[in-house]
Amino acid sequence: MTLWHLCLAFLRVGLLGYGGGPSSIPLVHKEVVDKYGWMTDDEFGDVLALGNALPGPIATKMAGYIGWRIAGFFGMLVALFATIVPTIILMVILLTFLLTFQDKGWVKGMTHAVVPVVAVMLATLTWQFFSKAKEGLGWWKAIVLVVISVVLMEGVGLHPAIVILALLVYVLVMPNKTQQSEVKRGKSIDG
Amino acid sequence: MANLWHIFLAFFIPGIVGYGGGPASIPLIENEVVQHYHWLTVNEFSRVLALGNSLPGPIATKMAGYIGFEQGNILGLVIGLLATVAPSILLMIVLLKLLDRFKKSPKVKRLTLLIRPTIAVLLAVMTYEFLRSSFVEGGAFQTVFLIIVSFVLLERLKIHPAFVILGSLCYGAIFMAS
Repeated sequence: MTLWHLCLAFLRVGLLGYGGGPSSIPLVHKEVVDKYGWMTDDEFGDVLALGNALPGPIATKMAGYIGWRIAGFFGMLVALFATIVPTIILMVILLTFLLTFQDKGWVKGMTHAVVPVVAVMLATLTWQFFSKAKEGLGWWKAIVLVVISVVLMEGVGLHPAIVILALLVYVLVMPNKTQQSEVKRGKSIDG
Repeated sequence: MANLWHIFLAFFIPGIVGYGGGPASIPLIENEVVQHYHWLTVNEFSRVLALGNSLPGPIATKMAGYIGFEQGNILGLVIGLLATVAPSILLMIVLLKLLDRFKKSPKVKRLTLLIRPTIAVLLAVMTYEFLRSSFVEGGAFQTVFLIIVSFVLLERLKIHPAFVILGSLCYGAIFMAS
């Protein structure tokens, strides 16, 4: 019964969550805390904090972990499958359909028309990432990090994974500096 | 047909370094499948992304599932998915007790924060590639027109992306057919 409820809960999350994993967090909360009462608000907050501390897509981390916690290994599998499988099947069917007709003029038109729309969505996402970075780090640091990233990835041609790993190592091995800037940030917000 | 090992790597790397949820890993996936392995052109990638955005559910797994399927059929799909989700879920379960102590540490919070500018740069580069491709393939007039209309619809009128993408597909089928 629990497995069936897990399946239903994450099926709804997967099918109703538009805009990628992060936008489905409130939906997961609604199912897990409000509807089924599997966790308290605090416990859910903990799971979210843990999920955010690790890399990778957030929706599957939450589904996998909550499923595992509620119904063990099979709970994890059921929650994961319910989250990702239905939309992937839709995706494969629709894209295969488009590919079958890709030489037709109207399909080419569709393919061309969608590119600028996606570009607008990406530009918005770019701005969201930058403005969140600016809120947390301040203009100065955010811009310095942008410039460094441009030089390393576009200028030097370094793989993005290397740049990100270097940043992670930097955060982990510079304890004092991190604390100082936390304090500074606290002060600048107070002032 | 791409090597299954390459499919695994192409999605394992974005899964393991993509902090900030699925959308943060979009440019990392593009870097692997377009720039590195050349499985898709910029245009083909944008088609996958557009459809992914107009369907519900997490974006990273939709892309991994589809691109894996295209490169290596069902086996490729399964491997693309596993590489995307398995490492971080395993980490989450295994490191649970350990992470419990660190989750409130400012360091962990700063991990996501410090990576945001880098992801922003990757997204900006991708935006530029999409725009350039659109100017070449779709023409300057149509590109500028679609940018303005979709920006107004998405950001000002807050129309759901699925409808804007559907609308652009219809527009393209009628007015941009070649």
